[in-house]
Amino acid sequence: MEMDKVIFGDNQFFAVNHLSDEKSRAQAIQFKDDSAIIRVLDQAREVGINTFMCTTHDRIASVCDYMRANPEKYRDFKIYPCMPYAHKYANAVTDLGIVGAIKQYVPGNFFSAITKGGAAFLTKDFIGLMELFIDAEMKMFKGIKIPVIFIQNVLVDMILGLKMYEVFKEYDSYIRKKYNSEPGYITMNMPALLDALNSVGIENPIICCSINKIGFRMSGGKEIYEKYLAEKAFRPIAMQVLAAGALRPKEAIEYLGNFPKIESVLFGASSKSHIQETKELIEHYL
Amino acid sequence: MIRAGIIGLGKMGLSHAAIVSPHPSVELVAVCDTSSLILDAFKKFSKVKVYSDYIKMIDSERLDFVVVATPTKFHYKMVRYALEKGIHTFCEKPFSLTTAEGENLVELANQKKLINQVGYHNHFIGTFRELKRLLKAGVIGDLVHFTGEAYGPVVTKEKGGTWRSDPGEGGGCLFDYASHVINLIQEIIGRPVKASGSQLKRIYSRDVEDAVYSILTLESGLSGILSVNWSDETYRKMATSLTILGKKGKIICDATEIKIFLKDGDAKENLPKGWTIKYITDFAIPVNFYLRGEEYSAQIDYFVDCILKNKPAEINSFKQALDTDKVIELLIADSKK
Repeated sequence: MEMDKVIFGDNQFFAVNHLSDEKSRAQAIQFKDDSAIIRVLDQAREVGINTFMCTTHDRIASVCDYMRANPEKYRDFKIYPCMPYAHKYANAVTDLGIVGAIKQYVPGNFFSAITKGGAAFLTKDFIGLMELFIDAEMKMFKGIKIPVIFIQNVLVDMILGLKMYEVFKEYDSYIRKKYNSEPGYITMNMPALLDALNSVGIENPIICCSINKIGFRMSGGKEIYEKYLAEKAFRPIAMQVLAAGALRPKEAIEYLGNFPKIESVLFGASSKSHIQETKELIEHYL
Repeated sequence: MIRAGIIGLGKMGLSHAAIVSPHPSVELVAVCDTSSLILDAFKKFSKVKVYSDYIKMIDSERLDFVVVATPTKFHYKMVRYALEKGIHTFCEKPFSLTTAEGENLVELANQKKLINQVGYHNHFIGTFRELKRLLKAGVIGDLVHFTGEAYGPVVTKEKGGTWRSDPGEGGGCLFDYASHVINLIQEIIGRPVKASGSQLKRIYSRDVEDAVYSILTLESGLSGILSVNWSDETYRKMATSLTILGKKGKIICDATEIKIFLKDGDAKENLPKGWTIKYITDFAIPVNFYLRGEEYSAQIDYFVDCILKNKPAEINSFKQALDTDKVIELLIADSKK
């Protein structure tokens, strides 16, 4: 499966700005209506971007409803979902504890859902629990093309740090089997993750990670990232290429051109001219 | 390799486990929690030993350090046991429920010469460090006023109780959110010695406060405002900031940026007249493993480094966390007036 070179992201819609909390709140106001999100998505589509990578935020559900209602318009459009929307769960865990958060978010109530289906909870069927979570998160994309499904970095890096690599293997096989999609991984620790995935037999994985000239959010340092980009087998999607805005687009994307292995670049923007400019730069240098 | 154990596998404990484990100088040997669900997950997927009793874990595992990330009411007995056994201890914030307990732990840690640190991670965010440096350099002159704020969406609906909803267990916004801001004020501007007009407001919680407002007076006599609310859903996640007004200018600082306004330029600092905005990209502390923010790894790196070099932690020591507990006590007493 080939990935588009240019992938449109969603941070700007959900008040995620790694450089400024203040700007992020301004964005929350700008995109308070779903129609404002759809308008920007359509602008991206008009300049030829057909892949939208987005977190499983509640508001994406409304965007999906709109896409299903307009199938002609979105015929070539693909979504790469990234799950879970971590802050939803993190705030719930702070408030309710881990088991409380599971009770709140797994459909119908995890405990009854599980006992209905057999003795899964009693035998601590973690893989079954993971599958329930994935299905709950993926529900909103029914009928929409989702060729790659990502786990968010906070979860990937948690599993990586805990060295529970078998969980990746289970995730990988479930995504392929149930959704007929490619599993993807977002991480802030690319070299360590790639080693971990290889160690459980996952070869040539799709990994979305920070790649930028100043080494921002490239844990372990820029040198080892560059070495892996040159030598190892994986399918990189570059994110945070502007280092949260510290780099100008041209120099940022020119840097990516040093690594022919990079298959795609993920970026977000709110104006059509900005989207077009960045897309042209990516196509020029990659 | 030094040997580590984690006590308490809630959100912070899991996060610490995931950060400690990849540390190149540390072996995560054991974890401890009362939830069989969590422990079984470790049994199934990791090689770490699991315990449901921290005493058994400490007695059996020859640990060099522990991370205590349990509900605050358990900190005292767990930290005390670890220190008595000669184990370096990293404790989650807030430190203790009563200052008498806190004093006792500070004394014990110092007497045993053990590395002790509390998880006030904001001090490992580059922008707050830069703020401290700029204030020390006197760039905004004599201080006139400060505002310390934190807002976030933790409790946004009417509700009853988990451990966090019991005021006797340190479960409200004061211990959880406001403690971070008080600690920042204390370490960056100066130690608060008086709280006035304090209000602990319930918004959605049944038993604990969801917002904290107070006027704090520092040792220096400078006063300022504390304004914290964890029931504010206009914030996507916790947002903490300090605004400091001086005779020569003003600085507004949060985890992502530092905005400096100077009436006249400062040649030594290379800061022009008017506004200068600097971003975290210039100040982020490089880490080998990233989870949720550089600061979480950086504080563990610092703790491990202090153990390896056998030098007392100067950032976030038990003593500093105890000072914060004392301000919390002042604030509670004032709110009851």
